[in-house]
Amino acid sequence: MKYLHLVWAALLRRKTRTVLTILSVLVAFLLFGLLDGVRAAFNAGETLAGVDRMVVSSRFSIIQPLPESLVARVQAVPGVRKVTWANWFGGYYQEPKNQLIIFAVGPDYFEVYPDYGITKPMIDAFGRTRTGVLVGASLAKRFGWKVGDKLPVKGSIFPDKATGETTWIFDIVGIYEAPTAKSRALEQQVMLRWKYFDEANAYGSGSVGWIIVQVTNPQESANVARAIDALSVNSDHETKTQTEREFNLSFAKQIGDIGLIVTAIIGAVFFTLMLLTGNTMAQAVRERIPEFATLKTLGFTDRSVLGLVFMESVLLIVIGGVLGLALASVLTPLVSAASGGMLQLPPIGLRSWLVGLALMVAVGAIVGVLPALRAMRLRIVDALAGR
Amino acid sequence: MQYFRNLLRSLAPAALIAALVAIWVLLPVLVLLGCALVLATWMAATRPGRQAAAVTWVGILTLPQRLGASSVIVIGIAGVVGVLVALLALGGGLAATLRGTGNNETAIVLRGGATAELDSGLTREDATLILQAPGIAHDAEGRTLGTAEITVVTNVAKKSNHSEANVEIRGVGPQMWAVRPNVKIIEGRAFKPGLRELIVGRGAREEFVGLDPGATIDLNAQQWQIVGVFSSGDAHESELVGDAESVASAYRRNGFQSVTVRLASPQSFDVFKAALKSDPRLKVDARTTRDYYSAQSEQLSKVIRIVGIVIATIMAIGAIFGALNTMYAAINARAREVATLRAIGFGPTPVVVSVVLEAMLLALLGGALGAAVTWVIFHDYAVSTLGANFSQVVFRFDVSPALIGTGLRWALAIGLIGGLAPALRAARLPVTTALRES
Repeated sequence: MKYLHLVWAALLRRKTRTVLTILSVLVAFLLFGLLDGVRAAFNAGETLAGVDRMVVSSRFSIIQPLPESLVARVQAVPGVRKVTWANWFGGYYQEPKNQLIIFAVGPDYFEVYPDYGITKPMIDAFGRTRTGVLVGASLAKRFGWKVGDKLPVKGSIFPDKATGETTWIFDIVGIYEAPTAKSRALEQQVMLRWKYFDEANAYGSGSVGWIIVQVTNPQESANVARAIDALSVNSDHETKTQTEREFNLSFAKQIGDIGLIVTAIIGAVFFTLMLLTGNTMAQAVRERIPEFATLKTLGFTDRSVLGLVFMESVLLIVIGGVLGLALASVLTPLVSAASGGMLQLPPIGLRSWLVGLALMVAVGAIVGVLPALRAMRLRIVDALAGR
Repeated sequence: MQYFRNLLRSLAPAALIAALVAIWVLLPVLVLLGCALVLATWMAATRPGRQAAAVTWVGILTLPQRLGASSVIVIGIAGVVGVLVALLALGGGLAATLRGTGNNETAIVLRGGATAELDSGLTREDATLILQAPGIAHDAEGRTLGTAEITVVTNVAKKSNHSEANVEIRGVGPQMWAVRPNVKIIEGRAFKPGLRELIVGRGAREEFVGLDPGATIDLNAQQWQIVGVFSSGDAHESELVGDAESVASAYRRNGFQSVTVRLASPQSFDVFKAALKSDPRLKVDARTTRDYYSAQSEQLSKVIRIVGIVIATIMAIGAIFGALNTMYAAINARAREVATLRAIGFGPTPVVVSVVLEAMLLALLGGALGAAVTWVIFHDYAVSTLGANFSQVVFRFDVSPALIGTGLRWALAIGLIGGLAPALRAARLPVTTALRES
C-alpha cells in the first residue's frame, strides 16, 4: 500500500490512454451489471419461490385441467398443511397489446402466498364481492385504475355463460403492493375469485388449472409429492407434483436459455476487454522499461516491481469496473421506470457486486501477469542501455 | 483542468461524427458505394489524393509492426459485430419463420376476439357453417378446401436442456394436404385418420427428445405412434400433426379451435370475410394467414431487435474507446514519420485521410471476422421459444447478407469515429517538436 502513489503516478503518466481504458472497462461492467439484472429478472420465479410450496398439475400438459374433487383428496395427504388452487384466465384491457396476467384463485390463496402483501380488509372485500378482483399496484398505476372502478376485460379463453361473449366486467376491490422489492413482479397480476369464474364461464365447470400445496416440512416434499401423484395414477387426470421452484423454472426455460445467451454475450465482452487492457498494460510496461530499471537500481526488489505492475493493472480495472457497476445501479431503476413496469430489473444486488469485484480482480490479474513478469525479469544493464 | 479541456477538444469532432454515423447506418447501399467511388476517384486523380493513397499504403505496410495494438481494433469490433449480427439474426429468423407461415391465399377463422388458436373455440356447427361460406376454393371433385383444426399441447423434453416444454399438437381435417400443399412427408408415411398416429415436423424432431418415426408418445395417458416426418419450411415444422377427430377424443374435446381455408383467389378474402361477418349464427374473426402469423412474431422479434441494438451500441462505445487508444498509440509511434512527411511538403489532409482509412480498414477486417464467426456458428442453428400459442416455435438463426451488411456498416462507423480524433491530432502535431522526439 505504501507504493500506492507510485502506481497512481504510473496511471497518470499517459492520461488519455488511462482514461480511454477506464472508459472501456466501465462499458464492459455496465453491460455486465445490466445483463446480470436481466438474467435475474428471468429467474425471478426461482428466487420468489417459497420453499414450502409445491405445484400439482396435469402430467401431460399444463392446459389439461384437474377435477376440483382432487383438492379435498390432496388436502388429506399426510404432510400437507394447506391447499389452494388457481386457473389461468388471461385477457386484455382495451387493446390486444395490453395483455394482462389474470388468475382465478381459490380460497386461502393469499394465505399460501403471503408474498402478495394482501391485507385482511382486502381479503374481506374480495370475499364479499362476487365479481371482485384484486390488482397489483404497478398495473393499477400503469392504467390509472382505482378501487371501486369497473374493469372490462376481453378474456382470452373463456366465454361468459350468460352472454356467450368473452368480455367480462370485474369490480376492482383492492390494489395490493408487494411488500419486498423481490416480489415486485407480482404487482403485474389481476386476481379474480375462482368460484365466480367457475360458475360464470361456459366451459368445464368444476375444474381447476393447478393445485398449490403448502407442506408442513419442506424436507418431506419429495415424499408428499409422491403420495399426491399416487392419488391419480392410472386415472384420466394423472398429476405431476413439483416444487414451486421447478415449476417456475420450467416456464423460464421454455422461453429460452436466457442464462446461456447472457453468459455468451458477457463472455464476448470480457474477451475483448482482456485483449484491450492487456495491450494497454503491455504498452505501458514497454515504454517504461528504463524507469523500471531505475527503480531496481534504487533497490526495489524484483518482487516489488512485479507487485507494482500487478497493482497498476488491477487498480485500472477496479476503477473502471466500480464506476461501471455504479452506473448500472443508477440505470436499472430508470430502465424499469421507462418500460412502464413491463420490465422489472432488480436493483444490482450484493451478489452482482461480489461477482463483479471478483471478475475485476481476476481480469486485472490476468492482463497484468505477462507485463508484470516482463518488468520483474528485466536486467538492469540491458534495460538502461536500451537493448 | 487543462488536460480535460484538451481531451474534450479532441473528442468533440467524434461527437459530431456520431450524428453523421446515425445517417450513415441508415443510408442505402448505393449511396455508400457512391461515396467509396468518389473517394477512390479523389485518391487517383488529385495530388492530395495521391499523397493520401501513398501515406495510407505506408501505414498498411507497417501494420505488422503494430500487430498487437492493431488486433485490439480488429477483435474489439469483431465482438461488437458478432453480438449484433447474432441477436439480429435471432429476431430476424423468428420473424421470417412466422411470416413465411402465412400467405394471402389461405385464411384462418378463430372465435371473435381470440388472438391465438389456443384461446379460440369453435363448435362443430360453427365449423360446418364456415366451410360453407363463399370465396373458398374447391378441388376437382367439388370438395371444399378447408380444414377444421384442434390445437392442444403436450409436454415433451427439450434436447438442449432436458426440461419439459409445451409442444403443439395439431389435429387436422382430411383436406389439410390441399390447404397446405407445402407440407411434404420426407420420411415414413402420413398418419391414417381414425388411428392414434402422428407425423412430426422436421424442427420439432430436431429440438425435442423421442420424436423419431416409430417412437410412441403419451397424449393424455394414451399411446400414440409417430409414423412419419414432414417438412413445410415454416412454423408448422414445430408441431406434431394428427387426425382432428382422434386428437379431440384423446383430449376429451368436442369441437375445434380454428378453421383454415384455401381461398378461391386472394381477392375472394373480402367476400369470405363479409359472409362470415353477416351470418348472425357466427361470432368469428377471419384473417389471412399472413396477417395472423405476422402479428404473432411482431412483438417478440421487435424486443429481440431492440435488445440487440442496445447491447451492440453499448459494446460499440467500448470498442470506440479501444480504437481511439490504438490509433493514438499508432500515431505516437509514427509521429516522426508523419512529421517528416509534413516537412517534405505533404498537406494535413492526406495525413488525416490515411489515419482514418487505416482505422476503417482494421474495423472492416474486424467486422468481417465477427460476421464470419457468427455465420459459421449460428447460421441455420435451430432454437425454440414459447410462441403465441403457448407452445414451442422452432426457428433458425438467419444470418442474411443484409444483416452482414448492417454489421459491416457498424464496424466502419466505429472505425471512422475511432480514427478521426487521433487523425486530427496527427495532423496538428507541430512538425519541429515531433521531429525532435525520439
